[in-house]
Amino acid sequence: MRHGKYPLIITFLVPPLILYGVFVLSPYLQAFQISTTDWLGYSTDANSVGLDNFVQLFKDDYVWNAIKNNAILLVLVPVLTITLGLFFATMLNMGGRGGRAGVVGVRGTGAYRLVYFFPQVLSVVIIAVIWQQVYHPNAGILNAALEPFGVNGPSWLGDPRTAFWCVLAVMVWSNVGFYVVLFGAAMQAIPKDIYEAVLLDGASRAVMLRRITIPLLWDTVQVAWIYLAIAALDGFILVQLMTNGGPNFSSDVIGLRMYNTAFASDTKFGYASAIGVVMFFLTLSVAVLALRASRRDRIEFS
Amino acid sequence: MTIVESPSSTEAPAPSADRPLRREWGVANVFSHGFLLLWALLTTLPLLWVVLSSFKDDNEILTDPWGLPGALRFENWQRAWTEAHIGRYFLNSIIVVSGSLSLTMLFGATAAYVFARYDFRFKQVFYYLFVGGMMFPVFLALVPLFFVVRNAGLFGTWRGLILVYAAYSLPFTVFFLTAFFRTLPQTVAEAALIDGCGHFRLFFRVMLPMARPGLISVAIFNFLGQWNQFILPQVLMQGDDSRWVLAQGLSALAVSQGYQGDFSGLFAGLTIAMLPVLGVYVLFQRQIQSGLTAGQLK
Repeated sequence: MRHGKYPLIITFLVPPLILYGVFVLSPYLQAFQISTTDWLGYSTDANSVGLDNFVQLFKDDYVWNAIKNNAILLVLVPVLTITLGLFFATMLNMGGRGGRAGVVGVRGTGAYRLVYFFPQVLSVVIIAVIWQQVYHPNAGILNAALEPFGVNGPSWLGDPRTAFWCVLAVMVWSNVGFYVVLFGAAMQAIPKDIYEAVLLDGASRAVMLRRITIPLLWDTVQVAWIYLAIAALDGFILVQLMTNGGPNFSSDVIGLRMYNTAFASDTKFGYASAIGVVMFFLTLSVAVLALRASRRDRIEFS
Repeated sequence: MTIVESPSSTEAPAPSADRPLRREWGVANVFSHGFLLLWALLTTLPLLWVVLSSFKDDNEILTDPWGLPGALRFENWQRAWTEAHIGRYFLNSIIVVSGSLSLTMLFGATAAYVFARYDFRFKQVFYYLFVGGMMFPVFLALVPLFFVVRNAGLFGTWRGLILVYAAYSLPFTVFFLTAFFRTLPQTVAEAALIDGCGHFRLFFRVMLPMARPGLISVAIFNFLGQWNQFILPQVLMQGDDSRWVLAQGLSALAVSQGYQGDFSGLFAGLTIAMLPVLGVYVLFQRQIQSGLTAGQLK
């Protein structure tokens, strides 16, 4: 590869670079700059106000309320999703009896895996609208299922005590299937002789899971953790479509706060960008922290 | 789509060396099957319910949520298709995604190939510039992006949406395909070059066909991501609803249903939007699952 490589490099690299620079890089860079102005949208004048937006943001109760909700999501969504995902993946890949040292899946593994993945291929919009109907106080199946037990279900998404938790449940619901498949693929990569050996040593199923499977899956769990944490810091689409942050801001999240600040009631673009910048640093630090906290020695199968 | 799976009884003739161990696993099996079945029901019932409800009339939906439809009312589907314009939105989505997916794959493959196979100055800088985009939340770019697109005269156009979709898909695509091109054997490329094959022909005739499995994985990943995209069109495609994509149309339908009380129309619209995707998924389950998870296992 000596002569004549530059025409190719230029024709192959420049168009993607321009596209990426114009629509991705430049908006990100501008966002940082806009966040230090008092720009109110469609007018042209934007005055630099330094870090005023950030000071104001720091005192904004609505923002803190949204951050609090994101913090709850940040803790619960990864924990619940990964726990359920690991549990189901274990059942599907080594819950079965017989076979080679008992490390085969239960019967019907293929069907389960097919079905569990359904939410992953549906758009978040469809998921949000479906669950909005499931939670519907009169027409929804949830309250209709509670009725025979004499329980008069609440108006789930219309009640500030339940709305946020309903959204959280949907978030977990829509993610679990993906991680069942992801963890399942990682489990298949673990050599079977390891299990045979510990089974001969008389290890129980629980010990096997805790001492063998999870340590060997740790890399994958770590990746899952980061992705879920980033997803939990977002959560915008589900919240916007299911509750629009309500009732009474009880299910507000930081992404929705930013969106509404910029595109809904008022067009405070400067302030909205400041919220975006805060989100960016939150996401970044969560990713770094997750990497740090879950760092362990890497195990490679030779 | 329920799975009938009887919890296997303990006296099933399973070859086993260890009695107490077997009993422990047998008990656990009943539990595990119970949970597995429960989750299978949790994932399928809401979807099944939507499909069934799309055949009901509004009265049936409101009074008897669990009941079966009294008749197969395809007029609900027709109403959703024409009056709620789900048909048109579906077509719009196909137009936008076929454009953006082609562009993503073309630009992603070429850029990744250069990063994986050639050396030039500032290569690392460019590479991390591209791949760094994966870290940023789209939100941060939303406000300025709105103006970038508007100033380019692309606001509310499919062309604008196609370009933006492709641009935001590039970081992952480049990241994934660069790793993939690196795994391809160097010797084939060298042999082709010695035989007098040009750099361009080498790419299109030799390397691209060799990279097919990776291209398919990342194409599936991008297709689903772009097909389900919601935030970008919501910001960049406001106004003229004849050009909306499916996700926008559905969310608008959900809102308007709240005012008009046309529940059956909403369920029909959801079903129309949902079934093709699920159908394709069931057909290509293996490829889709590995395509979506491959990116995370890297």
